[in-house]
Amino acid sequence: MEVVRLASETDLAGWRNAARNLRAAGVPPEAALWTVDGDASLFAGEGGPAPAAGAAPFTVPREFVELAQQVILYRSDERFSLLYRLLWRLQVEPNLMKITTDPDVDKARLFARAVSKAAHKMKAFVRFREVSDEDGEAFVAWFEPAHRVTEATAPFFAKRFANMRWSILTPDACAHWDTHTLSFTRGADPADAPISDALEDYWRTYYASIFNPARLKVSAMQKEMPKRYWRNLPEAGLIPELIAQAEARTSEMVRQAPSEPERRIVKAEPRARAAAADGRIEGRAPASLEEIAEAIQVCRRCDLWRDATQGVPGEGPKQARLMFVGEQPGDQEDLAGHPFVGPAGQMLDKALAEAGVPRAETYVTNAVKHFKHELRGKRRIHQTPNTSEVSACRWWLDHERQLVRPRVIVALGASAGLSVFGKPTPIAKFRQQGLQLPDQTQGVVTYHPSYLLRVPDADAKAKAYAMFVEDLKFAWKLAA
Amino acid sequence: MAVLDLKRKLAILSDAAKYDASCASSGSVKRDSMGGKGVGSTDGMGICHAYAPDGRCISLLKILLTNFCVYDCAYCVNRVSSNTPRARFTPEEVVDLTLGFYKRNYIEGLFLSSGIIRNADYTMEQLVRVAKLLREVHDFRGYIHLKVIPEASPALVNEAGLYADRLSINIELPKDESLAAFAPEKDLGDIKKAMGAVRVGVDAAKEPARKARPPKFAPAGQSTQMIVGADGASDGEILKRSETLYGAYRLRRVYYSAFSPIPDSTARLPLQRPPLVREHRLYQADWLMRFYGFERAEIIGEGEDLDLTVDPKLAWALRNRGDFPVDLNSADRERLLRVPGLGVRACDRILDLRGHKRIVLEDVKRLSRGLAKLKPFIVTDDWRPGGLTDAADLKARLAPPPKQLELF
Repeated sequence: MEVVRLASETDLAGWRNAARNLRAAGVPPEAALWTVDGDASLFAGEGGPAPAAGAAPFTVPREFVELAQQVILYRSDERFSLLYRLLWRLQVEPNLMKITTDPDVDKARLFARAVSKAAHKMKAFVRFREVSDEDGEAFVAWFEPAHRVTEATAPFFAKRFANMRWSILTPDACAHWDTHTLSFTRGADPADAPISDALEDYWRTYYASIFNPARLKVSAMQKEMPKRYWRNLPEAGLIPELIAQAEARTSEMVRQAPSEPERRIVKAEPRARAAAADGRIEGRAPASLEEIAEAIQVCRRCDLWRDATQGVPGEGPKQARLMFVGEQPGDQEDLAGHPFVGPAGQMLDKALAEAGVPRAETYVTNAVKHFKHELRGKRRIHQTPNTSEVSACRWWLDHERQLVRPRVIVALGASAGLSVFGKPTPIAKFRQQGLQLPDQTQGVVTYHPSYLLRVPDADAKAKAYAMFVEDLKFAWKLAA
Repeated sequence: MAVLDLKRKLAILSDAAKYDASCASSGSVKRDSMGGKGVGSTDGMGICHAYAPDGRCISLLKILLTNFCVYDCAYCVNRVSSNTPRARFTPEEVVDLTLGFYKRNYIEGLFLSSGIIRNADYTMEQLVRVAKLLREVHDFRGYIHLKVIPEASPALVNEAGLYADRLSINIELPKDESLAAFAPEKDLGDIKKAMGAVRVGVDAAKEPARKARPPKFAPAGQSTQMIVGADGASDGEILKRSETLYGAYRLRRVYYSAFSPIPDSTARLPLQRPPLVREHRLYQADWLMRFYGFERAEIIGEGEDLDLTVDPKLAWALRNRGDFPVDLNSADRERLLRVPGLGVRACDRILDLRGHKRIVLEDVKRLSRGLAKLKPFIVTDDWRPGGLTDAADLKARLAPPPKQLELF
């Protein structure tokens, strides 16, 4: 039997050294005994047998090294031999660490998970108490970690409280931060820590008040905040009382008759819009573009408002000579509340610039004011509005046309064509023509800019884009 | 008016905040206080510093700036017509409490909300002011969650996004009609527009920098809360609403809060509370939509309610037995994720293992909790369920035995 004496409970370097030598010397796991000797100096340098002459150095998978760093912090005498058994088996099973359901690997992973949980709970449950001195603010905590995670977790506190002097005292080791350097000392005693802090009473007040007695779930609480931590948590002393009173407090709430307000109350006005939510401003013609912009927010002429964010009104000068009518707002327009601001809008802007048409002098709107879409996974995918939705929304477009009175209306794409001309108007057949509309305006049809984004073939795309620019030029000239 | 001491204010204003279920401190960027002047760090994970006996995590100092409110929302304890005691913090008091608690490691940061005083813009300005003081005067680098007042001007929402890790706007009720009935001063359109504005801000901050880096904007995104059981909405309607919100505004989370009796309630509301298990099932269904590749319509139809006796994934599997059993040695990730009893982690471990060995029951035992529940739905090298998958009494065998009712 080979006996290895390690310098400390968390002496990974010593374990590594000894394990390397044992494996090289062919000592099987069952023949190695691992112990920790508190007084490191007595056995310094001792780490199992010297390496066998001519032993080849060996490598281990990175997973093993990472796992060992965690496992060694686990409070169990078994951890050193478990790790050595894994190291031994790796000689003939190089893929062992990948077999996460192997009993040894599984156990080591469970140890590692418990250690990482203990570190997490340390980050959560350390409670500092203030001990100010002549140098100013300083804080000290007493904590009992489930596993030996103090050194490994101290850097977290250093980064979080970089400009604060603090010490965390534990039975295993103590960590200290002076705003520059992290240092460690031997384990301490609860008596070394301060016994109270003025703010703890406020914290307890908060803890008691944030608890909702109408939904008691004691086991859920205890699963995440195990009792072993309670004695160092200032708020935990309240728990039994809070639980005991919960039932009475809840039945009192339910028993109480609904109350009438005692004092004279000053209330906000209910939303005018909500009051008008039946929404049909049927029969009453909107008198201005502003009125239209407001009214489409409560429009219920079709059902598209339900899944949309808002109605997107048209934009541009009241007396614009040229009006653009698109199909409907897209995802971006729906969020922003402005027409043609998404990818299609950028395409339109680019083409307008190239055609020499100032967008600011035109009125830009849509045939349908709400975004019609379907959800695919987490994305909203555009859906073409149907004829009845286009007709329902024509009420608004017709009034925009009457108010703006443009010389030329450009219908962008088929849905807009349907709305503007009242019938399907094939683009390829009618583009580059001024089509007489009943109200003395001229209509022009061209592609919707989003069509230009979708043309797959680069040549066809360039061609369609050039035609689009030509059509914009044509319309601008017609409106001059 | 009598002057309240700070402890009394804290009691009133944390009591008033407790009906907001969210206390998450996760999802933000990595940062710490090295090289700064103050305290604070976030690493994306979130930490629960305590748990209350209601089982809820306490991660943030969750308080209202004030519970004075001019709105009259029927479900809310702070509505103007309730007789609850009122209080108001100054911004400086909130800052001091936040820093004092933070330095003692009680909290990850602040979750600040407020009743509506004077008007929406004034209230929002006050909330933003607290966050600005913490960030700019005290160089606080912990987590800040701000509630957005939906009627506030977009400029204030944008400013809030510069200081906060997370923003939230509560949708409150699943049905459009019930918001109008129970919260007459609120407007669904305003709520959606504010959510839209937050998404635009978050998206813009994530865009690859062309010239200057865009300023950070609510790096932990936005969330919302829906009250369950106050109106007559079905689970299907609730989840349909969530689905719409996730799609339109890229919410990180929808919180479901079972309507809970409040002190000083109004006659307009049911006194009957929904069972807490309903809330739990909604969360499970929500999880299936977000992490398991389920469409809402597969889980539940619009007018339906979730089965309270079994979890929604098992319920789906029982309805779709033709898709089972699934061979753990050959199924792709998408199909593995649909096996009831296998979580995301277990599925990924199975996929990793498959490169090195054939899967047998012994492996599954180590990967999951409860082999018995899995066996009807899986095939391994040493197991086939045979007729078990289609057994008529399968649901009865798998449903947990009725437990004694929990005491309230």
